[in-house]
Amino acid sequence: MLIQVEALTHRMGGRTVLDLPAFAIDRGEHTLLLGPSGSGKTTLINILTGLRTPSAGEVLIDGRPMSRLSAAERDDLRRRTIGLVFQTLRLVSALTVRQNLSLAQHLALGRDDAAEVERLIARVGLAHRADARPRQLSQGEAQRAAIARALCARPALIVADEPTSALDDANAAAMADLLLASAESNGATLLIATHDNRLRGRFPRTLELTPPKALAA
Amino acid sequence: MTLAGLSLAYLRDRALNTALNVLLLTLGVATMVILVLFSAQLGERFERDARGIDLVVGAKGSPLQLILSSIYQVDVPTGNIPLSTVETLRSDPTVGAVIPLAQGDSFRGFRIVGTEPAYVEHYGGETAQGRLWQAPSEAVMGAEVARRTGAGLGQAFVGSHGMAGDGQAHEETPFRVVGVLAPTGTVLDRLILTSVESVWDVHGIAQASGHDEAHEHEHAAPAANASIRGDHGEAEVTALLVKYRSPLAAVRLPNFINRQTELQAAAPAVETARLLSLVGVGVDAARGFALLLILTSGLSIFVALYTALRQREADMALLRVMGARPVAIFGQILLEGLLLAAAGALLGVAVGHGVVALAAGAFDQLGDLGLSAFAFEPAEAWIVAGALAMGALAALIPAARVFGVDIADTLQHAS
Repeated sequence: MLIQVEALTHRMGGRTVLDLPAFAIDRGEHTLLLGPSGSGKTTLINILTGLRTPSAGEVLIDGRPMSRLSAAERDDLRRRTIGLVFQTLRLVSALTVRQNLSLAQHLALGRDDAAEVERLIARVGLAHRADARPRQLSQGEAQRAAIARALCARPALIVADEPTSALDDANAAAMADLLLASAESNGATLLIATHDNRLRGRFPRTLELTPPKALAA
Repeated sequence: MTLAGLSLAYLRDRALNTALNVLLLTLGVATMVILVLFSAQLGERFERDARGIDLVVGAKGSPLQLILSSIYQVDVPTGNIPLSTVETLRSDPTVGAVIPLAQGDSFRGFRIVGTEPAYVEHYGGETAQGRLWQAPSEAVMGAEVARRTGAGLGQAFVGSHGMAGDGQAHEETPFRVVGVLAPTGTVLDRLILTSVESVWDVHGIAQASGHDEAHEHEHAAPAANASIRGDHGEAEVTALLVKYRSPLAAVRLPNFINRQTELQAAAPAVETARLLSLVGVGVDAARGFALLLILTSGLSIFVALYTALRQREADMALLRVMGARPVAIFGQILLEGLLLAAAGALLGVAVGHGVVALAAGAFDQLGDLGLSAFAFEPAEAWIVAGALAMGALAALIPAARVFGVDIADTLQHAS
């Protein structure tokens, strides 16, 4: 099992923002995490990737208890297994696309493989934009660059938060295809959190999140 | 691409800001370096030229002027004193050595000094070519004089009256170069040396008096154009350098000499200290100003790093997600401050030495004082170290923010 979650609850500021039954995601089982705003998607992703500690419950990533590790061990586990793609923050501002990928590779793997970087840039269709700075890229281009950046670390799991919500229909569909294809070709498993209903049905598995009932209380 | 490379990329990314910060630091460090070079080299030069000389005896006037003119050879002599003073002093048992100096003429701005070989020995001078003077009209050139005038052995030249080289030429009594001294790094390098008698010959002492009369009107201002010729045509010199044999001399001799109507005694140590303390006030003020410049540039580096922090916090969070350890990111930001400081410090040292080189080339007086742009002072290493420490300090607070960044929060609020 790549991801294994035991009855997870998370409270922030006195109210419950997440209350989930147990579930698991297997390798290669690309999953769409679908839910409206406030349903706790981002919180769940933060807990799965070890950026937040849940109030109760346990998360196993690749068999290791992410939620019970020390901060340094979490960083280590995240670096080795998870590639993250965010909605807004995609690239380091001062670096070109190529340099961003090269830095990501160096940080995650401790070595430089220029050919691999070029392959990934070509894979997401940015060969002509490799020397552009993040601020010179369009939304779609920056998102594709961020996917390539996440793939640089050769992660077993790619977690993407709202990768398509800033894009128009055509681009959103293309982005979903690109995510699936590039994850497939790099042997990574996708977990996509979104409120974007346009993505429904494009993934082998969909988990629906609803706002916790405790909200009513 | 490494994190160190990322530091450079950030500096390039805000190139104008980086350039201005480097410039600011360069100015501060350069000012500091110039001050250090000036004060160290001048101080060392002052000390070296005056070393071993306990007392200078000359005509009445300003003691500082006497020291400047006879030891450092920069001011005009205070006047003449009778040659008999030499014998009087030499007969004193507390006096070790007396070296007479006869000044008043120059060749192309270099002073011609009539003296004894003991003067050369005192500064550890040796002939690089030829030999020391023996017969009248024979002259020996200091290393710097030979280099700048291009004169070699056998070269004949005529001295001109006065120190500036624009006085009346003594064409009837030319000198001949018989030796060139090796460089000593002392006042010797800038002098043309000959015997005291040769200087008398030039000025017609004990010779036809017509030459004397022709000069008479020039002596209306003796201090400005002193010569070795006395009003009555008797043998005179301009100053005596005295070394004590016994410490008793220090107690007795200055008072004894200063009681004579014609003479004054000045101690190089006292006058040099007085001069340096006068110059020192200016140097201290300028040093304070330079320090202020360096602190300002430190503040500027801090402001630059701190204001970029809003955007940088997002970058920090992303870097953390990309697998960089907090300590590594801390070091990366610290490195930015250090790189800025290093660039400013090294440029500052280069500019400082460049300015000294230009100044020494443009102003003969500075060149005469032996100011060299190619000598490095240990204090410069401290200036560079100080600038680096300041760069690191300026980056410390912005860099420490990485330890407080909540990745999840920052990522959520990043725009």
